[in-house]
Amino acid sequence: MKAAPFAYSRPASVDEACALLAGDEGARLIAGGQSLVPMMAMRLARPTHLIDIARNASLSYVREDKGAVAIGACTRQCVLERDALVAKRVPLLARAIPCIGHAATRARGTIGGSLAHADPAAELALIAITLDAAITYRAGGADGELTARDFFAGLMVTNLPVGACLTAVRFPVWHGERIGVGFHEVNARRSDFAFVSAAAQVELDGDGKAKRIAIGVGAATDSPIRLESAEQQLTGGALDEKKVTEAVRAALADIEPLADLHASAEYRRRAAVSLAARAVADAKTNALGSKAHAH
Amino acid sequence: MRIKLSVNGGEHALDMEPRTTLLDALRDHLKLTGAHAGCEHGVCGACTVLLDGVAVRSCLIFAPQAEGSAITTIEGVTPGPGELSPIQDVFCETHGMQCGYCTPAMILTAHALLAGNPEPTRDDIVEAISGNICRCTGYAQIVEAIALAAERMRGANRPMELRK
Repeated sequence: MKAAPFAYSRPASVDEACALLAGDEGARLIAGGQSLVPMMAMRLARPTHLIDIARNASLSYVREDKGAVAIGACTRQCVLERDALVAKRVPLLARAIPCIGHAATRARGTIGGSLAHADPAAELALIAITLDAAITYRAGGADGELTARDFFAGLMVTNLPVGACLTAVRFPVWHGERIGVGFHEVNARRSDFAFVSAAAQVELDGDGKAKRIAIGVGAATDSPIRLESAEQQLTGGALDEKKVTEAVRAALADIEPLADLHASAEYRRRAAVSLAARAVADAKTNALGSKAHAH
Repeated sequence: MRIKLSVNGGEHALDMEPRTTLLDALRDHLKLTGAHAGCEHGVCGACTVLLDGVAVRSCLIFAPQAEGSAITTIEGVTPGPGELSPIQDVFCETHGMQCGYCTPAMILTAHALLAGNPEPTRDDIVEAISGNICRCTGYAQIVEAIALAAERMRGANRPMELRK
């Protein structure tokens, strides 16, 4: 369990990091390293050059930005876990973060590092997809942006251009009064890699009907997905349990789930239906803000 | 590559490959063997050390990444030679260990927890050590040890009549 040899540099700026990255095909960026280092220890990744951007202060922040919350790529997960702005404006993100790895890995792991790693089971990828986050990057001295949906290209692959450095993630803020969130995942031990995860955010109107709803499922397929057909079907309704389950089951009927030693494709599909339905139920309860509605 | 590490209050400049993990730097270069090599890929937690007071896995950090941070290992938590910290003491008292392999990591994790949360609930304790695997104890005595340490440390700076 020792990484293969590599060169190490710690450039002072993002543009300098991009230049180093562009100059060496085998170079990789490292921030927290909590996903990359295990891959290197197992020699599944063998970068020839590690470019450490963790100390770049311009990549570590949380702030309001034109109706969104912008988070610098190198912001550590433990910082987001305790951030008041995230808790208030992006409650779904706040709800999912404690489920990422363990406290000791969240102490080092960054939001941008997790997204760039593109693990299908990553909680941050699921929340980015569910909330239509925008992912910004720097490449060749210019800024670029991808929607979360365009960002993930498949299993551990992103559409970031070659030589690009992910710089920030912007989560749109839902401004309604009755907003609720739900998140569930199933794994062998709490905080291990999820076999399936599901996230939901709803906005209810005065009658308790769904004005707006977003539902995402992670770890079941190569990249997290949105259950758009279910969202459309459930918008305007009261989100009763049966209808939600039917809608999410139909939305998941055509996916091609991953399968491995721990969870078969059929198990993942079944679990995805249950967890998505539970996430929606929790989001509804959360939006109603009343204990009387808790099951 | 010349790497400067600040460990247990001492400064060290060492020559090593950049691929050396902080764990191997501590064990092989500084002979601080209290940080244990278990899985070496971030699963078991046996290599836990404190980086600026926060519990981290030293097998998932390359030594150059740790430059500029204050590193604390189990060797650095004792008040003096031959003495034990209050947390080490309670691990002995409650028998919070058997084979001892996970113990330094458990104790450092407890140090980090209690530094930020002097009155942890049982859930707080369980959550804090959830990233540290112990294959002997079944965890019960470890949780007990940390709860007792918290109680003692809360009492330590209070007059006798106010202690529990």
